[in-house]
Amino acid sequence: MNLAYLKPTKEKINTFLLLGSIFVIFAFFDILTNTFLNRNITGFLPQTISFFTPLILGYIGFYLIRIEFSGNRFLDKLNKNINSSNFNAFLTLLILFIIIKAISPLINWLILDANFVGSSKDDCTGNGACWVFIKVWFNRLMYGLYPDVEQWRVNSAFILLFTLVGIAFFVPQKIKKYFIIFLLFVYPFIGIKLLSGGSFGLVYVETAAWGGLSLTFIISAFAILFCFPIGVFLALGRRSSLPAIRYISIGFIELWRGVPLITVLFMAAVMFPMFLPDGTFIDKLIRVLIAITLFEAAYMAEVVRGGLQALPKGQYEAAKSLGMGYWRMNILIILPQALKLVIPGIANTLLALVKDTPLIFVVGLMELAGMIGLAKTNPKWLGMAMEGYVFAGLVFWVICYAMSRYSQNLEKKLSTER
Amino acid sequence: MNLKKINIENKKIRDLIPQVLTVLTLISVIFYFATNAQINMGNRGISFGFGFLSQEASFDIAFSLIEFDGSYSYGRAFLVGLLNTILVSVIGIFLATILGVIVGVARLSDNYLIAKTAEWYVEIFRNIPLILQIFFWYFAALRALPSPENAINFYDISYLTIKGWYIPKFVWINFDIFCYSLILAFVSIYFLYRYAKKQREEFGKILPTFTLSLGILILIPLFSFLLLGVSLTFNYPELKQLSETSYTYENGVSIIPELMALALALSMYTATFIAENVRAGVMGVGKGQKEAAASIGLTKGQILKLVVMPQALRIIIPPTTNQYLNLTKNSSLAAAIAYPDMVLVFAKTALMQTGRAIEIISITMLTYLSLSISISLLMNWYNKKMAIKEK
Repeated sequence: MNLAYLKPTKEKINTFLLLGSIFVIFAFFDILTNTFLNRNITGFLPQTISFFTPLILGYIGFYLIRIEFSGNRFLDKLNKNINSSNFNAFLTLLILFIIIKAISPLINWLILDANFVGSSKDDCTGNGACWVFIKVWFNRLMYGLYPDVEQWRVNSAFILLFTLVGIAFFVPQKIKKYFIIFLLFVYPFIGIKLLSGGSFGLVYVETAAWGGLSLTFIISAFAILFCFPIGVFLALGRRSSLPAIRYISIGFIELWRGVPLITVLFMAAVMFPMFLPDGTFIDKLIRVLIAITLFEAAYMAEVVRGGLQALPKGQYEAAKSLGMGYWRMNILIILPQALKLVIPGIANTLLALVKDTPLIFVVGLMELAGMIGLAKTNPKWLGMAMEGYVFAGLVFWVICYAMSRYSQNLEKKLSTER
Repeated sequence: MNLKKINIENKKIRDLIPQVLTVLTLISVIFYFATNAQINMGNRGISFGFGFLSQEASFDIAFSLIEFDGSYSYGRAFLVGLLNTILVSVIGIFLATILGVIVGVARLSDNYLIAKTAEWYVEIFRNIPLILQIFFWYFAALRALPSPENAINFYDISYLTIKGWYIPKFVWINFDIFCYSLILAFVSIYFLYRYAKKQREEFGKILPTFTLSLGILILIPLFSFLLLGVSLTFNYPELKQLSETSYTYENGVSIIPELMALALALSMYTATFIAENVRAGVMGVGKGQKEAAASIGLTKGQILKLVVMPQALRIIIPPTTNQYLNLTKNSSLAAAIAYPDMVLVFAKTALMQTGRAIEIISITMLTYLSLSISISLLMNWYNKKMAIKEK
């Protein structure tokens, strides 16, 4: 009995390759006909064995074509990447088959059986997704309860913002400074005025009507704008040599970092009004905005502190030896270097901020997730939760994935410079 | 001489002024808020205090680990919420760790497909807000489960339905003796490890500690079953007809869909971060370490156990603890799908009934805060202990 005869070797490469390929191809043929043509070509076998035939056949095939240093470049690459051992071959097959099995119902639900045309739930006759729901509610999902005729104001505010940001990237350094100052200090007032109205002939729209995806952007933009400087101040405070300031900063940072955002939002919505004089009223959106800003500022402070600590002591000493005071030293020497070090951390904090915005629905503000909650409980559109949340998840995923890719690229770019 | 003295005093004063100003501002803000709060509460006819905690709660909680109904106090309701928070956190941490380690190791696999699949898992689940994932599981995925009479049946032992997951109930006799036997087993394993370490260091003898401890862990509890009168029986869930179209399961334990959705979403979301930590930790151990270990003749298992893991764990554990903490804090999102955790029971329902916003929100925040601070203190202690001691 010579079992070595069965071991794939380079000498008999053609035989083994042919035999192995036949097994693998048959395995894939079986699973493909099973999934897409609904025909089980191994139906004559007992059910359990028939179910596992592709796995068994593919496994044998992969074993037969696993020839070390075969000389065939493609085969070597294949073996190295997906077929380096029995266990690896098994996992490869398992993953491929699961993908094949999962992809057909997924595509059916998403596209083939889905309904795209129509204007009410009755138009959704297929078994798939009812994208009519998203189409009909699209305006609400984007703008919340903002009046239809006034939605151009939201659009123009965002178009203005994106154009300004776009231009700021391309204009020469000299003018860029003024652009950025305009963006940070003037544009927010223009944007708010445009959205809320009340003067210049614009109809007043109360903040309770703001909502949808545009609210996500508004909250993110303002929270980013404010949490960054506050975070830098807190980080400097935590590193300060003055004990009172240091301890207050530590207490502040740890307080916010120790509690979940949801309790902070409750605090802003329910507890904070109790602290104001009777009769004063601060808009709920502003209260929530302050809460999110302070919450994220604490996280930002820890990121910036990491940058401050990473700077060598020599930088501080050199700045002091030039006779610089505390503020001049920090603004001109320390912060530019420290902030550059922690750009990835800052980007991650901002990403977390964007992912946290849907939470505001707990205090009754309706951004994208909240609007879907509202839409799916509409009596005419019951049972549309799946479509709604898949859509919202897709939208958020695109935004967050783009942000995280951007931060990774930034990180790579900076690390090669060093 | 004189000049120098003035300078020093100047510096002292310069340091003092901002500190005094900050403290004064802080105190005045707090004072302002406190006076306002007092006036506001006075207007509403309530006074600050925690006496309400012993009042009758008069609301029911859908899911509770300890006995609770409307006749119990608000303090008890808080405890129920806290226990539910801990329950979902522990389940979430357990699942997230398993999934995270698997995905993290898979990302390092030399199999291209496995590494890519794991990478896409991380990219997809990390970049969708957690609250949307919870909503997806609760409102979309788990709502697609069948009704009790058509339940997904797992070998007649447990049933998955739209109303929850019914599993057998454990009925213990002499449960305390079983617990003592488990403690005894762990204590003896501890001593076994100490003895094995001594043997290894003094005589170079290597004992099969893993097999031995596994044996101890099985044998001692088994002994308690056979000789000390511990016994365990299962109450299997049974289908029961309530009315013509309404069915339910009885006798088992029901895991409510809220808990399932929350635990699933929390663990799948947190697992992505844990996977990244695991990957960073294993990659952080230099290749030279493994080669050096192999060159002195350690086996593959020994290299993993004695060289790679101790160094990788030093990198993995601190950020992973942070993720556990995040998971616990994120479990407060339960309030969105009506899982009765601390935030829902206490900061929402109890607050609505009593109107005591300041006390209730403070208690809730302080509970989370003390949890976070105690874990970070523990972490600092661990980091100091594990830090590489340089000469």
